[in-house]
Amino acid sequence: MIIAERKPLPEVLGMLDGSNEILVLGCRSCTAICLAGGEKESKAVCEALALHSELKGKGWKVDTSTVERACEKEFLTPLGEFKGTVISMACGVGAQVVQDLCPDARVVPGVNTSNMGAPESVGVFVEKCAGCGDCIIHLTAGICPIARCAKSLLNGPCGGSQSGLCEVSRDTPCVWDQIVRALERQGRLDLLSANIPPKDWRPSRNGGPRRIVNQEASPGTAQKEWRGEQ
Amino acid sequence: MSVSRLQETLDSGKFAVTAEIGPPRSCETERLREMARMLKGSAHAFNLTDNQAANVRMSSIASSVICLQEGLEPVMQMTCRDRNRIAMQSDVIGASALGVRNVLCISGDHQVFGNHPQAKNVYDIDSIQELMVLRNLCQGTNWSGETLPEPPQLYLGAAANPFADPFEFRAARLAKKADAGAQFVQTQCVLDLERFKKFMSLVVEKGLHERVHIIAGVIPLRSHKAALFMRNKVAGMSVPDELVDRLRKASDPKEEGIRSCVEMMNELLSVKGVHGVHITAIAWEDIIPRLVNEAGVRP
Repeated sequence: MIIAERKPLPEVLGMLDGSNEILVLGCRSCTAICLAGGEKESKAVCEALALHSELKGKGWKVDTSTVERACEKEFLTPLGEFKGTVISMACGVGAQVVQDLCPDARVVPGVNTSNMGAPESVGVFVEKCAGCGDCIIHLTAGICPIARCAKSLLNGPCGGSQSGLCEVSRDTPCVWDQIVRALERQGRLDLLSANIPPKDWRPSRNGGPRRIVNQEASPGTAQKEWRGEQ
Repeated sequence: MSVSRLQETLDSGKFAVTAEIGPPRSCETERLREMARMLKGSAHAFNLTDNQAANVRMSSIASSVICLQEGLEPVMQMTCRDRNRIAMQSDVIGASALGVRNVLCISGDHQVFGNHPQAKNVYDIDSIQELMVLRNLCQGTNWSGETLPEPPQLYLGAAANPFADPFEFRAARLAKKADAGAQFVQTQCVLDLERFKKFMSLVVEKGLHERVHIIAGVIPLRSHKAALFMRNKVAGMSVPDELVDRLRKASDPKEEGIRSCVEMMNELLSVKGVHGVHITAIAWEDIIPRLVNEAGVRP
């Protein structure tokens, strides 16, 4: 899932100059699960805005609504041709799909979209995947060093790994320590003896914005050129 | 055939001495030249760090070339933090063209430790991949496979930290570096001799000391506070209590630090598989000539 966190209210208030009609748009998918932009959080923002408007005499018309999944336009039809300000409580993807559908609206972010991760414990969310487009976790005990190593190292822990912790922050586990121990448990440490050569980053962001075409669902639509080489 | 004095020394089975020079923070060229003149003759080669601890300094290429001009042989350090494979190959070709012959391939301290924690890091490749790319370059092709009419000539080095974890994997990682093209290895400063010996026995067991030349790091400490700083603030260091106590109790901690560093060098000389020492005297480079004299390792 996509992990996000709420922007501080003063920052959001700073984006609303000249607004009249404001819709706080929540999402029931990822940002609801990570407690950043679901129905409850959206209502809280809406109430805070209404109060601010009243106290400061802004005269805003504030409302809130929460959709099933803001990143799929099918779920956004109730928005119609909204022309006011949308505070998107969905991730950055949802915010942009809303903007695509309502070109005359002013979409502002109510959350900071952070990463692709998973809930670890109540209220704790941890990054797991960097979306590099070329998964190699079969070599690393099902643990991704690209997303979870501070240096995205592919050939083992750097010299800063100590007592299972990362040099960058003492509250972060060293993911290479985890990989080595997991492979040890699985009796597959031999996987680490072969050096992984420099990675092809083209399937990652470095090939420009990505566009995946499922040829079965969309026959004949062109793939990115370099994909043909593989 | 040797491409550098460091290689010649190590390949001929002699004990090598290297020492670290921290490049200046700005264009203090004359200060760097003075330091080079002061250190000349104290070591076979001198490491020029690459924005160490992620603080901006004069580039390792420029400071390596300045040292060359002063008659010192540089070991140019090159981190994966600030360069992608394009910049890496370009800088190495440039450095070789200017006469640099030793390159140390390292992943580099993370930028959060330095004076630009807001920076975006690169890590297009890691230190092992850097070795693979540079070895390829020296063998006559760049990483895209294009042939080079005049490849760079380099003696390639890697770092090893026997004090980092997971401990058992450290020798295996050294083997990976040897596979990737490392010809010499400089280790993290040894303050914990027992653990270093354990590491070296694993290295010798794997026969790695016959595949790469291992240069053990040493550091003179000025006080017990410096020792505690190393323990608490420097990632991947092991500092025994006995050393802290020894410096704390000393009437002249600086002299005691020098003595303990000289003792360590002598101990390391006799550890099987160790082919040299690497002295890191952070902001205390002028002590290096005395250290090598007292340890009897001056080239």
